[in-house]
Amino acid sequence: MAGDINPMEQFEVGHLIDLNLFGYDVSFTNSALFMVVVFVALAGFMAGGLQRKLIPGRWQVAAEGAVSFIDSMVSVNIGQGGKKFAPYIFSLFFFILFANLVGVLPLAIVPGLHTFAVTSHITVTAVLAFFSFGIVLAVGLWKHKLKFFSLFVPHGAPFWLMPVIVPVELVSFMVRPFSLGLRLFVAMTAGHILLEVFGSFAVQGLNAHSGLGFGVWVASMAMIIGVSALELLVCAIQAYVFALLTSLYLHDAVHLH
Amino acid sequence: MDHTSAMYLGAGLAAIGVGMAAIGVGNVFGSFLEGALRNPSAADGQQGRLFIGFAASELLGLIAFVVAILILFVVK
Repeated sequence: MAGDINPMEQFEVGHLIDLNLFGYDVSFTNSALFMVVVFVALAGFMAGGLQRKLIPGRWQVAAEGAVSFIDSMVSVNIGQGGKKFAPYIFSLFFFILFANLVGVLPLAIVPGLHTFAVTSHITVTAVLAFFSFGIVLAVGLWKHKLKFFSLFVPHGAPFWLMPVIVPVELVSFMVRPFSLGLRLFVAMTAGHILLEVFGSFAVQGLNAHSGLGFGVWVASMAMIIGVSALELLVCAIQAYVFALLTSLYLHDAVHLH
Repeated sequence: MDHTSAMYLGAGLAAIGVGMAAIGVGNVFGSFLEGALRNPSAADGQQGRLFIGFAASELLGLIAFVVAILILFVVK
């Protein structure tokens, strides 16, 4: 019975339009489609808010609130000289937030449609993480040249401890992109698997046509409601954490501790 | 013990790490709340540190989850 519903099926990437470029498979997939959906939603949200009225309407207040939220996060965490990274942090935060939220849309109640969580694929989150890491490296090396490597030498550490501290700091620096990408990917994947598992419990409980099955259905639906609420929280927290850690790493690159 | 049962046991053991990370995350938020109730005016300024602590301790639980999934679905 448990083999009927595969919780991993929701993450399958399928071709919508087959494309082949120079021998590479660049087909338009459902993953790409949902990235376009996220982009259109985000662009529409921001375009609708750019009315520049003296007395802002609701939409303009929402868009301005989004901008000032990122602005304060950047100014608190990067500090001096962080303003120019605000557009990147903004794009990062809102792309991840919108992708997470689109991923938990209950589109599947319309038969034949199934939403796709873009951020539940490590290919997507790893590219975002490598972008952040690449910007940190480029900014740090361009701004401080070789002095950037003093990042691995903490202030005030005793001299004889250096052979231990420097390798540890180096490793903790090098795993940053992996931890950044892995955290978002796993948090989203785990939430979606959990929802799917409880959904399969509900379906199988209702199909059992017995009192116990009905009880299982009620309990599973209650869990689905709770897990969905938790999932919305996790969507926002993971987007926030990704943007926060990126701005902290940028602080290291700009100011060297 | 045959291979399949060893696999399931290993995945179950890996899932202990998820619970341990839950203790850690609870500790982060509990300590934050304890401090925030003592000095509510300083609480808002520490929200960034709260989420860094949360992210760091949550990551270990997520890695334990990945190990469990790898044992179940990838390792043959």
